[in-house]
Amino acid sequence: MSRSTMVWLVVFLLGAAGLATNLVVRPKGFGLAYVHDEPVRRVEVTVGPPIGADANEPTETKWVEAGGPELDRPNVSRTTTPEVSWIEESQVTPAKAWDEMQGDPSYRLSLKHTLGIWVAAFFTLAVLSFLWRDNPVYKFAESVIVGVSAAYWMLNAFWATLVPNLIQPLFPKFVQSWAMPGTTGEASDFWFVTLVPLTFAVMLLLRLSPKGGWIAAWPLAFVIGTTAGMKLVSHVQADFLSMLSGSVLPLYATDAQGRFELGTSIGNFVLIVGLLSVLTYFFFSVEHRGTIGKFARLGVWFLMVSFGAAFAFTVMGRITLLSERLEFLFSDWLWLIDPKGAHTAMGLLFSIR
Amino acid sequence: MKRAVPTLIAATVGFVLVIAFFIPATQSWGETAVVWFNILAGVAFILGGGNLVKVQLETISARRKGYGYAIVTLAAFFAMLAFGLLKIGVHPQAQYPLHPWAGPHDAPSSPFGWMYEYIFSPITATMFASLAFYVASAAFRAFRAKNVEAILLLGTAFLVLVGNTAIARITDALPESLAFLRLDSIVANLMTYLSTGAWRAITIGIAIGVAATSLRVLLGIDRPYLGRT
Repeated sequence: MSRSTMVWLVVFLLGAAGLATNLVVRPKGFGLAYVHDEPVRRVEVTVGPPIGADANEPTETKWVEAGGPELDRPNVSRTTTPEVSWIEESQVTPAKAWDEMQGDPSYRLSLKHTLGIWVAAFFTLAVLSFLWRDNPVYKFAESVIVGVSAAYWMLNAFWATLVPNLIQPLFPKFVQSWAMPGTTGEASDFWFVTLVPLTFAVMLLLRLSPKGGWIAAWPLAFVIGTTAGMKLVSHVQADFLSMLSGSVLPLYATDAQGRFELGTSIGNFVLIVGLLSVLTYFFFSVEHRGTIGKFARLGVWFLMVSFGAAFAFTVMGRITLLSERLEFLFSDWLWLIDPKGAHTAMGLLFSIR
Repeated sequence: MKRAVPTLIAATVGFVLVIAFFIPATQSWGETAVVWFNILAGVAFILGGGNLVKVQLETISARRKGYGYAIVTLAAFFAMLAFGLLKIGVHPQAQYPLHPWAGPHDAPSSPFGWMYEYIFSPITATMFASLAFYVASAAFRAFRAKNVEAILLLGTAFLVLVGNTAIARITDALPESLAFLRLDSIVANLMTYLSTGAWRAITIGIAIGVAATSLRVLLGIDRPYLGRT
């Protein structure tokens, strides 16, 4: 048996032993998820003109909650369309579910979400296993995320961008009957303009073809031209001009009563010196020697302070993410800790809060 | 044809957007261009998905090393795609109960939502979280306080990190007259004044760079869209 196989075997055995022990000390188990089922019942109604208003005013047909207060209004009447209902589930904490489950069957254990917690725990550990070194479990998780994320972004683009902006203008009636019932179903006067992005879209997809790749340069030119046009204006306005105007600060700062504020004045002076010295460092048309060189060096020091702060914030962000993942493992999955009070009523032998 | 038309397209649409910013009457032109841009950006995601499938299928058919992982990638891709495209398990919107396809494709109760919550989110979050170890490890190996610049960088990082933890509270004992020496106050002043000046200079530099590059694209001096064709 190789050393690697031995290490994996030991890790798996320790993990299995740990899970078994956890199961023994927790009579209600762990890594379980509970949901609350809530029925949604909708009925179709006709809303006539308000009482006292002109009876010839148009009526409106819409769906309202069955048994809701809207049905009691005198100008509202049900149509013959049958009621439509379905069950919406929402996740609840185990503690709440245990309290409510005794007399309310709408609170139940969810196999789907329980399986989800275990799958998420597996993938979390699989990714963390890379800290030791590259391994098949990590590679499996990596392969899954490549496929899942590609499909995720593709579908977001399809439903959020392509359906309303490309398919709807070209086939308004079809899209209204299918995915966007809130639209009018009527084509706009300039619907044919949408044929241009459709043509570009087809040309872009030709990039997948071995010989038609060059034609994708047209839509790519459109994308890059649009980006250049948008960025040219937005960066000059939002970054260049606003940064300059935001840096024109008083060196003799006063409060609302007109009293001198030493701290703010020094701060403003430091900010302006920092800005000018860093800009001097970035200015390569003049040789950085003598006074210019010393001022540019001061700019480097300001840059180092900024990079240090940025580094610290990056580390803090990553540590926060790590603590969230550890909290998921130890709280949501193993129930070893309970910072949110989600499963304290489970009769633990011990519980860390 | 292969060079002139793309250059003309890029220049035209770019200048239309610039003009639309300055002349309100032409604002709708710019908005139309942005909608078309969004459509093409959406199609680019489909192109990306298609390319992924193509590359993975090539790996499998050639039985290249690790082709088993390509099968896993394709299985995950098509599962997510099918759930999201067919809106499996999605409830209709309350105001349109007879239109099941009108519900959000990423509803938490759907299999697509399940895969997002229990596969996509944990893996991406853990991947970013594991970078904490690599950042710390790289910093330990690379950072040496051997000159003024390194001392400033390390000192600032240390102050900001400590200033955002509970340890910073030990300086709360300082009297009000020395409040500016409290760690949280030092970190706040450092971020507001010392760091801001440098970041503004960097942002100004980036803005000038972006404007110059954009102008080069619009004038046809830079033509990155031509690629290797």
